[in-house]
Amino acid sequence: MKLKISSPEDFWSGVMFIAFGALAIYVSRDYPMGSAMRMGPGYFPTAIGLCLIALGAAVTATGFKLKGEGIGRWPWRSMVVLSVGFATYAWGIDNLGFIPSLAILIGLVSVASRDYRWKEVIVSMAVLIAGSWAVFIYALGLPYPLFWWSY
Amino acid sequence: MSEFQELFPNLYLGFSVALSLKNLMYCFIGVFAGTMIGVLPGIGPLATIAMLLPITFNLEPTSALIMLAGIYYGCQYGGSTTAILVKLPGESASVVTCLDGHEMARQGRAGPALAIAAIASFIAGTIGTILIAKAGPPLAEMALKFGAPEYFSLMVMGLIASAVLASASILKAIAMIFLGLLFGIIGTDVNSGMSRFAFGLPELTDGLSFTVVAMGLFGFAEILKNLEIGTDTSTRSLLTKKIEHLYPTKEDMKRSVMPIVRGTAIGSFFGALPGAGPTISAFSAYALEKKMTKRPDMFGKGMIEGVAGPESANNAAAQCAFIPTLALGIPGSATMALMLGALTIQGIAPGPQVMTQRPELFWGLIASMWIGNAMLVLLNLPLVGLWVRLLRVPYRLLFPAILTFMAIGVYSVNNSQMDVFMTILFGLMGYVFMKLKVEPAPLILAFVLGPLMEENLRRALLISRGDPSVFFTRPISAGFLIAAIVLLILMILPAVRKKRDQALEEGEVQTA
Repeated sequence: MKLKISSPEDFWSGVMFIAFGALAIYVSRDYPMGSAMRMGPGYFPTAIGLCLIALGAAVTATGFKLKGEGIGRWPWRSMVVLSVGFATYAWGIDNLGFIPSLAILIGLVSVASRDYRWKEVIVSMAVLIAGSWAVFIYALGLPYPLFWWSY
Repeated sequence: MSEFQELFPNLYLGFSVALSLKNLMYCFIGVFAGTMIGVLPGIGPLATIAMLLPITFNLEPTSALIMLAGIYYGCQYGGSTTAILVKLPGESASVVTCLDGHEMARQGRAGPALAIAAIASFIAGTIGTILIAKAGPPLAEMALKFGAPEYFSLMVMGLIASAVLASASILKAIAMIFLGLLFGIIGTDVNSGMSRFAFGLPELTDGLSFTVVAMGLFGFAEILKNLEIGTDTSTRSLLTKKIEHLYPTKEDMKRSVMPIVRGTAIGSFFGALPGAGPTISAFSAYALEKKMTKRPDMFGKGMIEGVAGPESANNAAAQCAFIPTLALGIPGSATMALMLGALTIQGIAPGPQVMTQRPELFWGLIASMWIGNAMLVLLNLPLVGLWVRLLRVPYRLLFPAILTFMAIGVYSVNNSQMDVFMTILFGLMGYVFMKLKVEPAPLILAFVLGPLMEENLRRALLISRGDPSVFFTRPISAGFLIAAIVLLILMILPAVRKKRDQALEEGEVQTA
């Protein structure tokens, strides 16, 4: 009998759980185990790792039995744009100042939607920056420099 | 009468806290922001609370919790408004409200539908508040006698219940619990001082920030999903007719009384149970009303009972979910886990001692819930026009605003770049979870409970000298574990499973 993956989402989630479990056990090997009575820092994570592997194996097995819809396509564009936008903000807030970092963030992430329009993006950028300044800097008093020359 | 006297000074204290100008303001901001975001489709209560969490960190604990609670029931409320007006439930608990609520709106009776939803929610909320005030203290008193084994077993039961009721695949949900426990371990071990799973990053020795996990899994990931499916305004059947006759007729009121009573009872019961919640309550209430009526064929064609029952049920459940959360320190749902997370960040250890050590926080929150519910009735009906206009904002303008809020918020918690990077990581992970059809709710619950659970497990086994039978020889602990096992067995039985799957599917199809 030939096995065929009929539910990729179950198969791959099982693989994911096994991977996390294996990682947990691998990292915990450096931590003292102790005994059930006096548990060391390695005891609980190792136990969890074992359970994850067991459950993961069971889930993987259902991937051959159940009928799944499949995983579908990955929206690389939005995934990359959103991640880069966030990362740029994190860097920018320490180097460029509040307003430029927000402008970059908003400009970048807006592109994730396929029907963005530049005029709209500019307007919403202005509105959002003004609103964020009012809420976070003015009302909540967060101590971020607005521009790079204030550092 | 002694009970009343006992209750009265407590509620008096509560109202004196909640009615302070400052707390009234935060309550108002909470319900307003909550309703506003609840109205917007594609952003559920979880994402909303996660997104607004950082704002509350600068407040003192009582105000912070009052505002968060306001956001929470504001969301529930906003969800039903859009369910009625545009057949677009803002969150899963108001899915059934669509059926008859929107039908009423199409028949030109949007006003009475909205009004009944508001009245039903208010009555249910009031009863829910009384229940918390009544049931909370004795429950907390009982919990104070719990030892480590009881606590551990209670948490096991809570986690199992959340897995069993929340997700399509039990196996995957339980695996997610273990994954959540694993993420909870990251950081310094309190017993040995050893830093675990920090991967050499100094930022991780304090543990993963709760905000990061919540915002990544529920905010970032959800936006990715919405961008993919394309939340388009043109598909929304916007009701352009002006809303007249806001007030329900005498007959409407008469027909709604019993559904409200029944809905409240169902909601209170499910709400207090760990794992269940507003969604299941609303579905059950709708099913019950359909059974009770003499004209079941009329359901789905604009029956007011189909609005009153589910609306009171979901609000009662939302309210009563606070009972285990506040009295035991055990959250019953992911939303409640966020509440507890907020409490922890404020430096308050959740648990039964909160009620005695911080009475102003506990009773202030309860009083503010009632005030918040009253505000919602006053706020929602006159502002319907504003909410409808908000619905016309296209998603392409909406999501950059949400992301902006999230980015600023997550960085502001610790002023840490690493937190933002971790949010990206958890956001992408959350999206993978969605693709693999594993539900993240049990994970966040386990993440919050993880450290507590390990601590209690260690303590229990230390007392018993390493003998695991301690969990079964102590009666209360054994009771919790047996309940957990029964839940698991019930769900494996094919008949029960089928019914639950049906309810879940209906919910998913319509919110998507």
